[in-house]
Amino acid sequence: MAKDTNGYNIIGKPMAMTDARAKVTGLGKYADDLSVPGMLIGKILHSPHAHARIRSIDTSQAEALAGVKVTATGEDARNPYGILPIGHDERAFALGKALYIGDNIAAVAATTPEVAERALDLIRVDYEQLPGWFDPEESMKASSNWINEERPQNIEKEYHHVFGDPEKGFGEADFIAEERYYAGEVNQAAMEPHATLAVWEPDNRLTVHSSTQVPFYLHRTIAAVCEMPMSQIRVIKPLIGGGFGGKSEIIPLEVAACVLAKKARKPVKITYTREEVFLAHRGRPITIVYLKVGLSRAGKITAVQARVIQDGGAYCGYGPVTVLYSGALLGAIYDIANVQYDGFRVLTNKPACGAMRGHGTVNVRFAFESILDQLSHQAGLDPLEVRRRNLLKAPCITANSLRVTSYGLPECIEKVFERSGWAEKKGNLPYGKGVGMACSHYVSGAANPIIRSNMPHTTVHIKIDRDAAVTVYTGASEIGQGSDTMQVQIAAEILGVSTDRIKLVAADTELTPIDLGSYSSRVTFMAGNACLNAAKDMRDQIVAAVARKFGCAADDFEVKDGRISHKSDAGKSLSFDEAVTVALEFHGALVARGTYAPPETARGGKFKGAGVGPSPAYSYSAQVAEVTVDPETGQVRVDKIVAAHDCGKALNPLTVEGQIEGSVYMGFGQALQEDMIWKDGRLMNPSLLEYRIPATKENPEIESIIVESIDPEGPFGAKEAGEGSLAATIPAIANAIFDAVGVRINSTPITPDKILDALREKQKLASGNGANAANKPVAAGGRL
Amino acid sequence: MNKELTHLRVNGEEREIAITPNRLLLDALREDLGLTGSKRGCDDSSCGCCAVLIDGTPMLSCVALAASYEGREITTVEGLGGPGELDPVQEGYAEMGGAQCGYCTPGFMIATKALLDRNPDPTMDEIREALSGNLCRCTGYMQIYESVKYAIEKLRAKSATQAPATR
Repeated sequence: MAKDTNGYNIIGKPMAMTDARAKVTGLGKYADDLSVPGMLIGKILHSPHAHARIRSIDTSQAEALAGVKVTATGEDARNPYGILPIGHDERAFALGKALYIGDNIAAVAATTPEVAERALDLIRVDYEQLPGWFDPEESMKASSNWINEERPQNIEKEYHHVFGDPEKGFGEADFIAEERYYAGEVNQAAMEPHATLAVWEPDNRLTVHSSTQVPFYLHRTIAAVCEMPMSQIRVIKPLIGGGFGGKSEIIPLEVAACVLAKKARKPVKITYTREEVFLAHRGRPITIVYLKVGLSRAGKITAVQARVIQDGGAYCGYGPVTVLYSGALLGAIYDIANVQYDGFRVLTNKPACGAMRGHGTVNVRFAFESILDQLSHQAGLDPLEVRRRNLLKAPCITANSLRVTSYGLPECIEKVFERSGWAEKKGNLPYGKGVGMACSHYVSGAANPIIRSNMPHTTVHIKIDRDAAVTVYTGASEIGQGSDTMQVQIAAEILGVSTDRIKLVAADTELTPIDLGSYSSRVTFMAGNACLNAAKDMRDQIVAAVARKFGCAADDFEVKDGRISHKSDAGKSLSFDEAVTVALEFHGALVARGTYAPPETARGGKFKGAGVGPSPAYSYSAQVAEVTVDPETGQVRVDKIVAAHDCGKALNPLTVEGQIEGSVYMGFGQALQEDMIWKDGRLMNPSLLEYRIPATKENPEIESIIVESIDPEGPFGAKEAGEGSLAATIPAIANAIFDAVGVRINSTPITPDKILDALREKQKLASGNGANAANKPVAAGGRL
Repeated sequence: MNKELTHLRVNGEEREIAITPNRLLLDALREDLGLTGSKRGCDDSSCGCCAVLIDGTPMLSCVALAASYEGREITTVEGLGGPGELDPVQEGYAEMGGAQCGYCTPGFMIATKALLDRNPDPTMDEIREALSGNLCRCTGYMQIYESVKYAIEKLRAKSATQAPATR
């Protein structure tokens, strides 16, 4: 835990979340906990076919059922939408074609869930089945029967970037490795299934309570789909039971509930089953990485070449952004001059993938950190030492035009080196036990908004009135990560009051100003800075009034411990309550505002696709995993993960540690056990029983270490903490498995059968080909 | 299916509701009694978000028929602690980061409560075992363990101050 609090009263000290009591008493309300009088229950009819033309839909029998109030199909809301302006390819309900098993065909709103379910069975849909595309590399070869006629060859988007001179770089390499990596598909699996309550108000306005990370984008989309002005729609975010990116796009039930509510002129609630959560998906895509990296004898990375194919599912979603992040953050963690990147986002007849925690960076990091480990061994170098030899020197601009303002990676590496006992353990543990290390990094929000504009990314208002309570109005979305608490801390620190004087009103489009949402780890940096600016504005207004009262200059006063006091004259001091009265007498009203937009210098290069990757600041992580592998069964136990994360400044060390540990946990799940299993477009494990997120018994011990590089532009120096650590965990485990039993598994999840296959293969090579083969690492499990 | 008058004893109070015999306890709690603290996180009794205590034993209310629990003592998250006062288990989860998004928290606290009621000094393995039926997607479990340890300490301190008085 961070010790240095730099003289702050609240910042840097562990603090329980402001909504913790609401959560532990069970009194806090999540979307599905809400109900209003006369509320109908909505249910969605999903396509049973992966790719099919819809000849006709007959809802008449469903409508005739007692208790059914309204049905809706594609004809009821024809306007397309999508999270990116370049990808408006979704509709409330399919029009013309169903594109995956689970696609949204129609919906009903009825008085009870039972009636709604029965009504779904009465909807008659005439489908003409079409051949489906399920394998991304096959899908890319399609000459006809495209999923979206506007996307030839089923390629949603492709990008080709060259920085420096990769050919020259490979020429300078003493060691070159080339591998194919395959990362299976994973889902956010937040514990709260999505729910939306759309309330048609008596004055013909629409109020939407929804499990969303992005109220602002939801607001825009509902307006477009329901053909209503944004001014007639109010979006309220209740408590959110986890997001991880799964609630950061517009999810089909959100538009379905609004379309039904508008048509019925009634409140309609839809809550997903767990199976529907998997079908709505927006998780991390299957990613195939063909990677080539060159290393000099001195341990310097000379060139990188990557061809990345992402299986995006049937709709665009965040796809182009995902594939751009993969390229932008691939090499930018280290000092690498020569990088070639070819990225493809491919359509298949499966649910759309999206922006899962560590968006776009996780699977390429797995590939990169694995191949770097492999190259280090080829070169006879310690892989940790190789990382040391490839560090950036901040401040700097990377080869792909990313501006790095603070860089705590060196300290992260040294911390995990010490705390894991790396020097004693690496290469020295008995067969079956091993250690592995890896690094990762992530953005603190995107410097360029999805919808380009010159408006701020976040605005915060603060109001104080005669009760001397400080009310912070923020659009930022608390989703369990501590967003509300962070802003309360900042406001209290600046205004010199205790946190319980601060009230926070958040994420209600009628009451709070704009924030672009809780995604890409932007909230601490951006909403934090806006809140900081608003609090300073408020402080300055109060101090100005107090200084005027005493006939002194504002600079003579300090704000601390609930008082506004003259720095050298103890007689000139007012309590916060007294100062508020003085300020109200002087200003009339006490209203403050703060905004944040990333500076021009943080917005990246000018090439096509340069808009994704730039961030005002980057977090850094280093991890060491210690594992035990049973060579008889292939079973892996992760004994411990030591994780160091550079979050700039830990505003709240309690929540920062929680974010690091949660990230490591999610990486651990993807590394060893989570996998969406597909058969001809059908998800074979759409439940938490079969899609196995780690429970207490599997989860490793995690030691989190906070590194504080104090970013020059972050609020109190803070950067992101919620995502960056995830990506290091997977390769750290994979590299530890190599250290334990000498095989490299290039595909996730790393299951016992893949390890056993690799061990058998290794044995075969060793017995058949003498000493030569024994030194060669064996790649296995790279198959689809 | 016809509704029947059913008597449930929830959080120390007698409640009377008209429900069909196939009404799940979770739905009866959430929809008929307005106790929305117990959550639904899955379709197949795998997540533990809906756990409640039945005569002190943690049970999944999503696979229990409400009518089968007449005459039993049902405790939900709303029944932990007193008016304006948190149970040490709740305090632990609030203070130590055991609740991030909070959705799994009621189930975890129910499992923790049941564990500490029968074993006030559990080992780490016993804690892991007792919580193994609950899934959390946020914390990586480390701060949940810290929350349980906080509750153990708090309960220990409480029983130490109470002990002389009972003698």
